[in-house]
Amino acid sequence: MAKKSTLIDFTGKPFPAAEAICAAHGNRPDALLEILHDLQEKLGHVPETSLPVIAKALNLSRAEVYGVATFYHDFHLKPQGKHVIKICRAEACQSAGGFAVIAALEKALGVKLGETSADGKITLEATYCLGLCPMGPAALIDGKPKAAIKAKHVDALVKELVKELA
Amino acid sequence: MQKVYIPRDMLAKALGADEVAVAIAEEAKARNISVQIIRNSSRGLAWLEPFVEVDSAKGRLGYGGVKVADVKVLFDAKFLEGGAHKLATGPVEEIPFLKNQERLTFARAGITDPVSLADYMAHGGYAGLKKALGMASADIVKEVTESGLRGRGGAGFPTGIKWKTVHDAKADQKYVCCNADEGDSGTFADRMVMEGDPFMLIEGMTIAGLAAGATKGYIYCRSEYPFAIDTLKEAIAIATAAKWLGANIQGTEKSFTLEVRRGAGAYICGEETAMLESIEGKRGVVRAKPPIPALNGLFNQPTIINNVLSFCAVPLILAKGAKAYADYGMGRSRGTMPFQLGGNLKQGGIVEKAFGVTLRELIEDFGGGPYMGKPLRAVQVGGPLGAYLSAEELDIKMDYETMAAAGAMLGHGGIVVFDASVDMAKQARFAMEFCAIESCGKCTPCRIGSTRGVEVIDRIVAGENRAANATVLEDLCATMTDGSLCAMGGLTPMPVMSAFRKFPEDFGLPANKKLAAE
Repeated sequence: MAKKSTLIDFTGKPFPAAEAICAAHGNRPDALLEILHDLQEKLGHVPETSLPVIAKALNLSRAEVYGVATFYHDFHLKPQGKHVIKICRAEACQSAGGFAVIAALEKALGVKLGETSADGKITLEATYCLGLCPMGPAALIDGKPKAAIKAKHVDALVKELVKELA
Repeated sequence: MQKVYIPRDMLAKALGADEVAVAIAEEAKARNISVQIIRNSSRGLAWLEPFVEVDSAKGRLGYGGVKVADVKVLFDAKFLEGGAHKLATGPVEEIPFLKNQERLTFARAGITDPVSLADYMAHGGYAGLKKALGMASADIVKEVTESGLRGRGGAGFPTGIKWKTVHDAKADQKYVCCNADEGDSGTFADRMVMEGDPFMLIEGMTIAGLAAGATKGYIYCRSEYPFAIDTLKEAIAIATAAKWLGANIQGTEKSFTLEVRRGAGAYICGEETAMLESIEGKRGVVRAKPPIPALNGLFNQPTIINNVLSFCAVPLILAKGAKAYADYGMGRSRGTMPFQLGGNLKQGGIVEKAFGVTLRELIEDFGGGPYMGKPLRAVQVGGPLGAYLSAEELDIKMDYETMAAAGAMLGHGGIVVFDASVDMAKQARFAMEFCAIESCGKCTPCRIGSTRGVEVIDRIVAGENRAANATVLEDLCATMTDGSLCAMGGLTPMPVMSAFRKFPEDFGLPANKKLAAE
């Protein structure tokens, strides 16, 4: 069977959630990042099918909206895991053993940075500085900050997340 | 009723402050003790977070590194009355790390409730704007110019000159933009100000609006700082309700409105023109300069762009006068800088000192040296685009010119300490890799050069034709430095070449045969 096209759906299907968010921002083109943030907060990702709808609402080209949605690391066109771990990869956390923590996380979850576990439950992502530099390594776990993470904490941390999902 | 102060700062939260606050409230209730929990800003004594404070006749008393498990014992020890306990720090203002600072921007840190306008006013807040409202715009610009304030974001451009350019420009609409995209690793002063003293930033930006004749401002805050964004929005609503923002500020003819915009995880948006593109809802691609943003900035209108800390210095300059601020510092670096100690240090956090303090004083006297037991080997100053300094270079004075003369840069004042376990070839490779990940892609030296840089460092480390590849790396870095459109590609060679020249042994080159400096 042919691989499903990853091109944007140009069929112009309605996407009420996206339209409502655009309207809440007055259909202002300069609010595009805010709109994408809001949509992602609502749906967990920015579905490709929403992009032409947003383009129309803001009177932008589809290419412009697609360009913005794919330029920024924050926006995801594909669904993420139920839990998202954003672990810092930047220098201050490196100096405090950050790479060892990342390696431990990759091992415990069986994924590499930027991937989601096979069961779709946990996504591991790199971030570059959370501003918690005196007490690294640091992470944002489902938006909750955590500092002074040690490699030896990782197994317990992952177990906790898995337990919450059960 | 006894007051208990528990910081609401993101770092305190990351170490369990929210849970400690709940535990203290529950324990107090169980013991029938009436307490008022105040979620104050953080003192910036990071190693003591969560740092719980109580009032006493001798001023605030502190308990550092409090965990939920400590709460019952603290109550048993009568901590509300300042009882003895192993976590007790004694009078907070007497802690040497804090006592030996010169805090201007961080004067209210740890003392006030961040979203209490009454607290802000009681501690000198809005004195600067009150004065500015009665001044001609040109006089506000003059005051800022005379203070010697330079941009705290990293470039160190004189703030007054920038403001004068916008002031003199003719346009129907001008803007004030705050660059709060504090992406440099090892920096967190902007975050702490936005979370801990948001009215100070609002006041500084409002004064900038009066100076330039701008009625609209944006704060572009990175999405990695969710609590800063929430706090700013809350503070803007409070300031607007109290007529410190909006139309007819405090009954005058002056108006200024503020909006917060979230970044989306792109480091390049800390570059001012990429930030403008991003606020306009576009990809964060760098603009060629000229035209300069002061004349042709947001929506092509004249725009003041400053860093959080630059705006935050302004209320005090207006309130106390330019001279009071300029009396701090050395040479052409006037005032104070909130240095940020991070990485492998016993005592990290905010150290606000006048320019001219040495790196050694910051790292050893304040920071207490590396905590993992191994000696210090390298220090990166000024974020991921800043130079690595060796242990022999710690006596350098921290001011813009001295750092530049040493082939380094002060940047945003971030200091990241590495101990002897660091592999400097790995750090140099990371600098190139980071540039490859975060490059906006507009100019070739940055977009392609960074990827080629990773490859050539890999070849040097692997021992492939080392001498020739060392030359390639030097050439590549020279091309990036000279040919990149902005500081991302232009400064990435700084950490790379400083690591390469100062620590050649990590690249498999002879330790004693350092390459000649250009």
